[in-house]
Amino acid sequence: MEKSIAFEKDLNLVATELRLGLPGTKESEKQTPSSIKSNKRVLPDMSEECGSKDNSNVSHVKKCDQEVAPPAKAQVVGWPPVRSYRKNCLKAKKMEVETTGMYVKVSMDGAPYLRKIDLKVYKGYPELLKALEDMFKFSVGKYSEREGYNGSEFVPTYEDKDGDWMLVGDVPWDMFISSCKRMRIMKGSEARGLGCAV
Amino acid sequence: MMNYFPDEVLEHVFDFVTSHRDRNAVSLVCKLWFRVERFSRQRVFIGNCYAISPERLVTRFPGVKALTLKGKPHFADFNLVPQDWGGYVQPWIEALARSRIGLEELRLKRMVVSDESLDVLSRSFTNFKSLVLVSCEGFTTDGLSAIAANCRFLRELDLQENEIEEKKNHWLGCFPDSCTSLVSLNFACLKEINLVALEKLVARNPNLKSLKLNRAVPLEALQRILMRAPQLVDLGTGSFVLDHDSDDSETYRKLKATILKCRSIRNLSGFLEVTPRCLPAIYPICFNLTYLNLSYAAGIHGSELIKLIRFCGKLQRLWILDYIGDKGLEVVASTCKDLQELRVFPSDFFGAGHAAVTETGLVAISTGCPKLNSLLYFCQQMTNAALIAVAKNCPNFIRFRLCILDPTKPDPVTMQPLDEGFGAIVQSSKRLRRLSLSGLLTDRVFLYIGMYAEQLEMLSIAFAGESDKGMVYVLNGCKKLRKLEIRDSPFGDMALLRDVGKYETMRSLWMSSCEVTLGACKTLAEKMPRLNVEIINENDQMEFGHEDSEKVEKMYLYRTLVGPRKDAPEFVWTLV
Repeated sequence: MEKSIAFEKDLNLVATELRLGLPGTKESEKQTPSSIKSNKRVLPDMSEECGSKDNSNVSHVKKCDQEVAPPAKAQVVGWPPVRSYRKNCLKAKKMEVETTGMYVKVSMDGAPYLRKIDLKVYKGYPELLKALEDMFKFSVGKYSEREGYNGSEFVPTYEDKDGDWMLVGDVPWDMFISSCKRMRIMKGSEARGLGCAV
Repeated sequence: MMNYFPDEVLEHVFDFVTSHRDRNAVSLVCKLWFRVERFSRQRVFIGNCYAISPERLVTRFPGVKALTLKGKPHFADFNLVPQDWGGYVQPWIEALARSRIGLEELRLKRMVVSDESLDVLSRSFTNFKSLVLVSCEGFTTDGLSAIAANCRFLRELDLQENEIEEKKNHWLGCFPDSCTSLVSLNFACLKEINLVALEKLVARNPNLKSLKLNRAVPLEALQRILMRAPQLVDLGTGSFVLDHDSDDSETYRKLKATILKCRSIRNLSGFLEVTPRCLPAIYPICFNLTYLNLSYAAGIHGSELIKLIRFCGKLQRLWILDYIGDKGLEVVASTCKDLQELRVFPSDFFGAGHAAVTETGLVAISTGCPKLNSLLYFCQQMTNAALIAVAKNCPNFIRFRLCILDPTKPDPVTMQPLDEGFGAIVQSSKRLRRLSLSGLLTDRVFLYIGMYAEQLEMLSIAFAGESDKGMVYVLNGCKKLRKLEIRDSPFGDMALLRDVGKYETMRSLWMSSCEVTLGACKTLAEKMPRLNVEIINENDQMEFGHEDSEKVEKMYLYRTLVGPRKDAPEFVWTLV
């Protein structure tokens, strides 16, 4: 999967400036002119980790990057403008998910036995897919929203809460880990059918 | 001519004048009318608790029965105002109690409420009927115990999004057996509740119309409660969860049957926790819903959410998370033809902040729901073309609040600022009263706002504009402006001091991380004694070693008849 070089967000540019004070202070206003030069493409429905469109600047590791980024890269204080009460409610829900650990079974077509992994351990799709690739000794193709995984006969799928089998990578990571019940790495013609689905 | 009528006649006529503004206008006509109006006034609204003193309220309106008070500035909701800034209700309750006012209703927003205040409140007003607390803090469930125990005729206890410390007491059990007058009860913001006390309370209050539970109320309890209260109009579920493990098909079946009997439910909210496969139980009531709030239902997304929406053909107000996605909004647009208010909240504030909705969803809504008049939309991006289309499709906006998660993002298609898009909105919606901007914006958008937004009362600006001209356009043009709040925008002294008289026509002005200097704030405070100009500086050393040329971190100014407040904390410096 391709990595991109350009940063996606204005806040990233601010983070590379030398300045004093917390994000959201007046110094950060200076980012306004620089944003005009940005040629970001936005990918609303796609998981940022697995995205790669034609002229996209999305970095699939961006989400991982942001979570290990230095403090200066933190969100602007008070943005987005959402009441703390609301933020805390949704954060509590996410944390519930985080503390209990989420072990799901992973099967691979043709493998004699299943494995179990803790989804909580991974920060995003790239890490998860790499772990699966290592675990089962295969490689997954290149992900695009339009075509699924291209370039490999292996396709990672998961069963969601409704019992439907879904392609890994379509929904935001948080939504994925809260709805994934188990995973299956499909192989061969069955995989191709799913991988080419539009 | 009216002078020949006895006062009672005037009073009777004034009874038909109900809005605050109209009554305020009536009181200005002449001294006689002022006098009659003030003695007959029962409902008082005070938008800024520091604009006037409790004593003056009590003196002018001795007959007040219903009081609304607001405390902290709006941006306190977003952590821009430090703890302990102010907004205490205690002096108000004490003054009302001392003057033996027959208070019956109290509604507070963004105020600090203590257990002691609640205790005094509960004991001082024998006919007290209604307490509504929105985004307040400072009290515990001990205060709620006092209200429950002492307010014999309580009809309404509505706790919305408050920070409440929960003690081990069972406050709900403090409602005496004789309490049978409840009409509205909302404790959704609490984490715990005494289920036994709750069920008994519901059973003996047959007039209960509005009930909003918290996440500690499981499905089985909900079913029993609904059995007792099929007359409910307004329901907030708590936990809507069935464990996979236990055999709950019986519970689910009973719930479905009970819900079928609840034919009056028009407003539905809650689902703080949810097992999606239980949702079909509520489909039967969806048909008649006019208000649906799923903005806390993080457990419902994708196809379940859309399926639910498809049943809600009569919705007028919808609050939802951005899990709905653009596709989901298309379903809303084709299903909810009567939609007037839409709020789409973000589900991800941390990390990448990727909202699942864009301009596409909004345009779809505007196409399908021409009655839309109130919007709050957190989105990934927005285009001018979309805003222009929305403006054309929906010319009736009263409230238009757009929040692009990246606050200075331009139109991603043209890379232009969003000036033209917002310009179209203000030009087309002639009755617009509230506007929040975001995205890349130059001074031009403010030119448009000043030119067209004639009814605008509240404007929220963040990371926008290029120069003082922007702010000046707004101050000059928006004659009805009452609240202006600005953060991280390059407006400075010239704009601030351009028309100092303007601020007395407004409730308040907030400016943080802008370009205003201490010197200019001092000048303003000197010229306008009836404004409180507060400088908030959390980095201590308040009045020492500050140059006039220094930029001010946070400034909050508001008109007031009672001078600098005496309860200001150390980090607030009121300039005189």
